[in-house]
Amino acid sequence: MQAGKPILYSYFRSSCSWRVRIALALKGIDYETVPINLIKDGGQQFSKDFQALNPMKQVPALKIDGITIHQSLAIIEYLEETRPTPRLLPQDPKKRASVRMISDLIAGGIQPLQNLSVLKQVGEEFQLTWAQNAIISGFNALEQILQSTAGTYCVGDEVTMADLCLVPQVANAERFKVDCTLYPTISSINKRLLVLEAFQVTHPCRQPDTPTELRA
Amino acid sequence: VEAGFHHPILYSYFRSSCSWRVRIALALKGIDYETVPINLIKDGGQQFSKDFQALNPMKQVPALKIDGITIHQSLAIIEYLEETRPTPRLLPQDPKKRASVRMISDLIAGGIQPLQNLSVLKQVGEEFQLTWAQNAIISGFNALEQILQSTAGTYCVGDEVSCPQVFLYYRFKVDCTLYPTISSINKRLLVLEAFQVTHPCRQPDTPTELRA
Repeated sequence: MQAGKPILYSYFRSSCSWRVRIALALKGIDYETVPINLIKDGGQQFSKDFQALNPMKQVPALKIDGITIHQSLAIIEYLEETRPTPRLLPQDPKKRASVRMISDLIAGGIQPLQNLSVLKQVGEEFQLTWAQNAIISGFNALEQILQSTAGTYCVGDEVTMADLCLVPQVANAERFKVDCTLYPTISSINKRLLVLEAFQVTHPCRQPDTPTELRA
Repeated sequence: VEAGFHHPILYSYFRSSCSWRVRIALALKGIDYETVPINLIKDGGQQFSKDFQALNPMKQVPALKIDGITIHQSLAIIEYLEETRPTPRLLPQDPKKRASVRMISDLIAGGIQPLQNLSVLKQVGEEFQLTWAQNAIISGFNALEQILQSTAGTYCVGDEVSCPQVFLYYRFKVDCTLYPTISSINKRLLVLEAFQVTHPCRQPDTPTELRA
C-alpha cells in the first residue's frame, strides 16, 4: 500500500481539532483534511465509519504512519516524538511539566465540560451559563498559573503545546461571551500567538469546511 | 526553610481517582513521599482554602511538591516522574505504543473523569447526579472497551503496566459485566502491590468505616 499523507479528521470550529492543526502546521507536516460535521446529519461523528476510527466519536483523529490516534494531546505528543523539530515541548523536565499542566488544565479541565455533547445534556436554557462557568473557573486558575510560567508565551519565550491549547480555548470563551479582559495575561499571550502564521492558516475561519458566512 | 533532602509531598484525597493514579505511580517507582490529606467535603471542602488554592489554583487534588516545584494535573505529574525517575518505565519505548497509552489515559482523565467529578456533580443537581455520572462513564467505557480490543495484552497496552489507570466505576453502580476487557484488566491490576497499598481503603485519611 502506498504511503499517503497523514489524514486529519477535523471540524472547523472544534478547539481540539484546531490544536492538532496548529501542531501539524508548526512542524511543517502536509496533511489531508476529512471534515466531520458535528451537527449535520445528526452529527457525522456518530457514523459507523467514524466510530470505527474513533470509538469516542469525537474529533480530531489523525491517521499517520499506519496508525490512527485520537485525543489531541496524545496526537501532539506523538508528533513531537516522531518529528522533533521544531520543538513543542521544552527540554527541561520542570518546564515540560508546566507545559503539560497547562495543556491538561485546558484540555481536561475546561474543554470537556463545555463541549457539544455535554452541553446537549445540560439543556438549552442552561447551556450558556454552564459553558461560561467551566471556562471562568479554568481561566481564573490559568491566569494565576501563568504569572509564574509565562514569558512571551505560556511557558517562557517559545511556543509550546500549552499555547496550542490556549488559543482555541480563548476562541471558545469568546463564543460563549466570557469577558476575557478579566484575564490580561491570557489575553495578551493569545494576541501574540494569533499573529503567527501557524495559528492564522489553521484558524476556524479558513478551513475546508468553514461555512461561507463564517469565512475570513 | 531547612536545607537538605525532603520527601515529596502529595496532596491527596483517599477517594479521588486522580490522586490514586499518582499514588500508584509513586508506589511503582518506589518513591517515598508524605501525604497531606485534603478532604474535599469537610469544612466546605478543604481544596477551597487560601493555602491550597495558592498551591493549585484549580482547587483540585492531586498536587505534588517535588524537587522544589509544585505540579498538578495527575498526568503531568506522572509524565514528570517518568522523565526524572525513568525506572521502572510507565510508558513503553515505542512511540506508537506510547501514543496508545496516552490516548487511553487522556480518554479516562480528560473524557470521563472530569464529567463525573465532585464539582460538576454539584452543579448537576442531586436528583440527576447518578444518571449523569453513569452516562459519562458508560460513554467512555463503551469506547474504551473497543479500543482495548486492539491495544491490550495482560494490561491496557501490551503486557507491561503503563500510565496506571484506575476504574472507580463501582461507586456509580455501572454494570461492569458489560465491559469484559476493562473488568479483567482491572482485576489483574488490583492484585499488584502498588495498586493495593495505594487503594482508597488504606490511606491515611480513609474514614474508619471504609477502612480495609
